[in-house]
Amino acid sequence: MRLDNLTFKGGIHVKDQKEFTKDKSVEKAIEPSIVKIPLHQHVGAPCKALVKKGDTVKVGQKIGDSEATLTVPVHSSISGEVIGIEKLYTPDGYKVDCVVIESDGLNEVDESVKPKGKLESLTGEEILAISREAGIAGLGGAAFPLHSKFTTSLEAGIDTIILNGSECEPYLTSDHRVMLESPEKVIYGLEVMMKYFGLNSGYIAVEDNKNDAIASLKESLKGNDSIHVASLITKFPQGESYRLVDAVIGRKVPQGGRTKDVKSFVTNVCTSAALAEAILDGKPLYERVVTVTGNGLKEPKNLMVKIGTSIGDLIAQCGGFKGTPGKIIAGGPMTGFTQFTLDTPITKGVTGIIVLTEEEAAPVKTSPCIKCGKCVEACPAYLLPLTISAYSLKDMYDEAESYNALACIECGSCSYICPAKRPLTESIAHAKREITAQRKKS
Amino acid sequence: MDKVELDKALTMSLAPHIRSSDSTKKLMLDVIIAMVPALIGSVYFYGISALILILVSIASAVGSEILIKKLFKKDILIGDLSAVVTGILIAFNLPANAPWWIAVFGSFFAIVVVKEFFGGIGSNFMNPALAARAALVASWPSIMATYVNTDGITSATPLALIKGGSGVDALPSLSRMFIGDIGGSLGETSALLLLIGGAYLLIRKVIDWKIPVIYIGTTAIVLLILGVNTDLLVYHILGGGLILGAFFMATDYTTSPITTKGKIIFAIGCGLLTALIRVKGGMPEGVSYSILLMNIMTPIIERFTKPKVFGEVK
Repeated sequence: MRLDNLTFKGGIHVKDQKEFTKDKSVEKAIEPSIVKIPLHQHVGAPCKALVKKGDTVKVGQKIGDSEATLTVPVHSSISGEVIGIEKLYTPDGYKVDCVVIESDGLNEVDESVKPKGKLESLTGEEILAISREAGIAGLGGAAFPLHSKFTTSLEAGIDTIILNGSECEPYLTSDHRVMLESPEKVIYGLEVMMKYFGLNSGYIAVEDNKNDAIASLKESLKGNDSIHVASLITKFPQGESYRLVDAVIGRKVPQGGRTKDVKSFVTNVCTSAALAEAILDGKPLYERVVTVTGNGLKEPKNLMVKIGTSIGDLIAQCGGFKGTPGKIIAGGPMTGFTQFTLDTPITKGVTGIIVLTEEEAAPVKTSPCIKCGKCVEACPAYLLPLTISAYSLKDMYDEAESYNALACIECGSCSYICPAKRPLTESIAHAKREITAQRKKS
Repeated sequence: MDKVELDKALTMSLAPHIRSSDSTKKLMLDVIIAMVPALIGSVYFYGISALILILVSIASAVGSEILIKKLFKKDILIGDLSAVVTGILIAFNLPANAPWWIAVFGSFFAIVVVKEFFGGIGSNFMNPALAARAALVASWPSIMATYVNTDGITSATPLALIKGGSGVDALPSLSRMFIGDIGGSLGETSALLLLIGGAYLLIRKVIDWKIPVIYIGTTAIVLLILGVNTDLLVYHILGGGLILGAFFMATDYTTSPITTKGKIIFAIGCGLLTALIRVKGGMPEGVSYSILLMNIMTPIIERFTKPKVFGEVK
């Protein structure tokens, strides 16, 4: 099987902007004096607080959980005292309860944080429980509970596991650094998944603008024939899981389906590393690597950040703003969310914080569509963005639906490429919301 | 930076937060650049009168757009250079000795009636330059059918000679046909210079190869099927407006289908009609009407060529 120059149809070539941080080792972020840990930072049900004002907590202690199936618990990232529960906006724009903890500066680790034993002796059930208890949710951005994906994928029957190291969003280098600095953890996590699904092989797929990471993974895999590193052509949105499965094993997820429908399981490389840590050290997911970058910052960095640290703390550690900031984005510039305050806490799904300058963030002037078809060429879902967008802008949602608006993955490629600077992705996303709302009603 | 200042500075918006540097203006500029070789060629072949006609045409196209936008109280978008492209194309479709007011009328008709009355750039249902040519041919048939040779003497175009039943020996040499040293509309005669421009558009990815290649290919095949002598086939390809039409007018974004399948059907239709008009019709030339007819077919073609969605379940 061919394992290099893999790719998919459609997509766009974007200036990758990774030079800001790609060669910078992950630094520990300055210890926060206060963290605000959202009880809902994953797909699924919100957690209920297990602690109250005045309680003392330790690093890795579970502070929130829920009885729902689709959820993961949250843990304290520091040791100290709970000083309250506060409602705050998460980076993706939901207002949720956050446990506010004041640090005692000791970073005392909770007793529950201890190695979970040898992989050979762990059963599938135990792996599932460890993943859940460690609060692992997809670190690529979506924050989907890993154990839930394990269960549904096992039921569906999986024959291929692909770790997603494409990191196709411009600016971001957190996956890159983790693959480069901790390849053994990424690989160990994959071995855990192989064991869980009873498979004897797996793939790690990386875009070819990270050849050093590919080399580092291959070096660590010397003598290991069961794990293959696949090299992907650098093109956005290669990291979107359906495009990834298509590129690596040539299977197309059916419309409305999930990767499990083509017998494959995809998760991010950092999620894999987090799973490895959960087993090797018993460490729950209370910190992650965040790329803090952009022209609007003095010193871009890759930081190991404790969940609940504010965006402002990270910006301060990167030397502060360079000039007046125009936009602060959580996640990548193609799919990320703009932020309105520096108080927003970092959650499990935040891959990066990007600060754009005033000029970079200046709104663009929209002109009429000239039907050049560049959006059609770029659409990785093979849609007609211009048509769906035109219907959406006229509130004609039935027509938008008939042009398969719901198959849009909101990757942003059409808006990016549009020479008339039309809000294609934005208006299609709007149509999708309207169509789904209409369906719920009827 | 304090909170209030930051509040003012930060923009909130939906993703994506970055845009390519492409613009309508850059695309149009590329089309203009691609037409420059043929433009220079036309001045070389037909003299200063060609240049005057081109400039008058551009000026009146841009002027018409300003005028009508002011009248309609809409944003003036001449900065997108699309009126300049239309102006050049109109001039390219005129005989070199046409009077100046023909260019003015053509440009006015193209911009005001065909483009702006239907909503401006991106909304016209026909290629403005070709619609203007059709209007001019209908209104002043003799002016629009009187061509001069490159030496300034009025003469029949190669296609008109073929229509009249002439054989190869009565036609200009093939090298003259290729270079463009023949009678015809101002910008259509030099296959060489048009192909240079066409290649530029392909390299710059402004146009896709499918429409021009399939259009010209279909025309050739259908001409052969209709019994056109192989000797004359090359004259059919190089003479008349086929190359200009295939590369610069059938590829017009707004009036041609957007999907791959649609482009193929559109190009085959153009080729079929062109060959039919030339052989079975009353006119020596059929490029402009073929493209115009297929322009009108475009919405229907698009309706039946919706692309299959990624992972579509049959």
